[in-house]
Amino acid sequence: MTEAPLKKANRSLTRQLWIFAAGSFAFGFALVPLYNVICDVTGYGDRTKLVEASSFTAPEDKNRLVTIELLSDSPAIGDWEFRPAVGSIEVHPGRLSEAKFYARNLRNQAVVAQAIPSIAPLQATKYFHKTECFCFTPQPFDAQQERELTVRFIVDPKLPVNIDRLTLSYVMYDAKSTS
Amino acid sequence: MAHAHDAHAHDHHDDHGPAKGIGRWLFATNHKDIGTLYMLFSLLMFFVGGTMALVIRAELFQPGMQLVDPMFFNQMTTMHALIMIFGAVMPAFVGLANWMIPLQVGAPDMALPRMNNFSFWILPFAFTMLIGTLFVPGGAPAGGWTMYPPLSQQTGEAFPMLIFAVHLMGASSIMGAINVIVTIMNMRAPGMSLLKMPIFVWTWLITAYLLIAVMPVLAGAVTMLLTDHYFGTTFFEAAGGGDPVMFQHIFWFFGHPEVYIMILPAFGIVSEIIPTFSRKPLFGYDAMVYATASIAFLSFIVWAHHMFTVGMPLAGQMFFMLATMLIAVPTGVKVFNWTATMFKGSISFEPPMLFAISFLFLFTIGGFSGLMLAIVPADFQYHDTYFVVAHFHYVLVPGAVFSLMAAAYYWLPKWTGHMYNMKLAKAHFWLSTIFVNVLFFPQHFLGLAGMPRRIPDYSTQFADWNMISSIGAFGFGLSQLLFVYIVVSCIRGGEKASDKVWDSGRPHGLEWTLSSPPPYHSFETAPEVK
Repeated sequence: MTEAPLKKANRSLTRQLWIFAAGSFAFGFALVPLYNVICDVTGYGDRTKLVEASSFTAPEDKNRLVTIELLSDSPAIGDWEFRPAVGSIEVHPGRLSEAKFYARNLRNQAVVAQAIPSIAPLQATKYFHKTECFCFTPQPFDAQQERELTVRFIVDPKLPVNIDRLTLSYVMYDAKSTS
Repeated sequence: MAHAHDAHAHDHHDDHGPAKGIGRWLFATNHKDIGTLYMLFSLLMFFVGGTMALVIRAELFQPGMQLVDPMFFNQMTTMHALIMIFGAVMPAFVGLANWMIPLQVGAPDMALPRMNNFSFWILPFAFTMLIGTLFVPGGAPAGGWTMYPPLSQQTGEAFPMLIFAVHLMGASSIMGAINVIVTIMNMRAPGMSLLKMPIFVWTWLITAYLLIAVMPVLAGAVTMLLTDHYFGTTFFEAAGGGDPVMFQHIFWFFGHPEVYIMILPAFGIVSEIIPTFSRKPLFGYDAMVYATASIAFLSFIVWAHHMFTVGMPLAGQMFFMLATMLIAVPTGVKVFNWTATMFKGSISFEPPMLFAISFLFLFTIGGFSGLMLAIVPADFQYHDTYFVVAHFHYVLVPGAVFSLMAAAYYWLPKWTGHMYNMKLAKAHFWLSTIFVNVLFFPQHFLGLAGMPRRIPDYSTQFADWNMISSIGAFGFGLSQLLFVYIVVSCIRGGEKASDKVWDSGRPHGLEWTLSSPPPYHSFETAPEVK
């Protein structure tokens, strides 16, 4: 190619490649709604279900034991001591069970806390029914107050047989910073 | 574009040389100068990152805490990775692209020389900022190079510096990639159709497209981390309905193609060197091109194998496991073709060939351990152990880094016009190959025995292999000083290299039709390719 057409061709290809790069940048952000859509469609890690009370009943399956591991996380926001009372419990599917967490506000002022739950593996989310949970509503704490927090739940006997172990984890946040 | 105008006036063409003094480098638009800058910069970063690796291995020499505190140890693992990936391996390949692509396609320079200058000179700023994090309150980033939230959100004042450094590196890579594509697509010598291009050019063309496709995704991901940190967004913050696992998806959507960005040009280099010293044409050129393209395509649909343990559905695990294993097919084609190229060749063992053969064996070991990691139930066992560390170091050190050594030894006489000290280079090869195995092979055993990665202390049953691995690390690190000595003395002088450099009757590429060293402005009249 001679000089002038080459310059023109270079410029136009460069422009196209910059548009490509900009498209990739946009695609990175498009992955966010895409991810949420996939979660909604499949019901994996369904966030609305995780924080809603359910009135579920099913016959207890005494032949099966599912291990529920309990985890707690403290986020960068806020200042909490937060841990499960025990590391794991074993439950029969269909039976109403209970787990306790312990939380303490480490600051010298009253704070409203919000716990956010999560279940792993994700596909087990729809088989985990909470009848009562400290994560349903914001929890007020006085300065330095410590409290026991309770969650009551029923594991659906329809939980796929290849899952014998669930992890229920909570993160404790300052409710103010979440709004 | 003063040089370009000269091309009009062939009759009174004065071949003016490089500018004098520091200006030659600061305002460099010549592809050879910029290529040199890139490679010297990457060599410097190789030693900075390598020193950090030695801090890690020194601490792990014995169980217990001896030299550094755990926080600093974590800073070292994080910074070592960031510097080696973005500072050493990637710029080294871009430097090679700058030097070799115009010479191999018969172009006078890169298509966009001033952008070329910009994309290089961003890097020193990016890495000054990144390394500067070691000196700010809270220390350098210590949450791993993958920057997973919520841990990475606990980084101190280094946090915004890390994010902006990543942005700058990304911008540099994207500009470099655009330059490569425009040069290859528009500036090939007349008669050089796409399927007549040297294989190194092909691998770089594909790599450049990967870069443009995924570096902006990384930029997006770290931007989200930044806004989560400072502007109250909750992309990855569960409190606001975000999901930290989503970061892992976005990150590895970048991260897996990134792995191939660091290895495809290496494939190209090895595919240039093996035919030269086997005195045979490359076996299955077309298959090599298609295999490279297939690997690039597959790299986009395997990312979640880095995160099998997040609790993804069985169908997802199956898909990502099988897609990952599928990559072994085109990779196997490549390994087969290299072997077939050597088959019945009359092979000679000059330093570039030694490194290429070592690459072939050791990269394949890394490939096989990758296949083991692709198996979901096995991965649950291996995840975050030293087995993973051994795997990716096998593909990156005797893989990518050895290919870079091979490339340096292959083209150094062309670049400088001098032969280097072959005896020393062979010594460097043997030291590197032996020590790299002493360094990384025991890490397989450690990982299989359950030693977790990214920890400063370990249980005593891991003591023996860790000690051996650390000895290998220091041996390997010190051996690289020999490489610097060889390169520097080759630049300063030595036996005159011929135009073809290698007496094998090959190589055939356009770069060998030029003198050694090539003129400052080469191929101002495009060569004819038949």
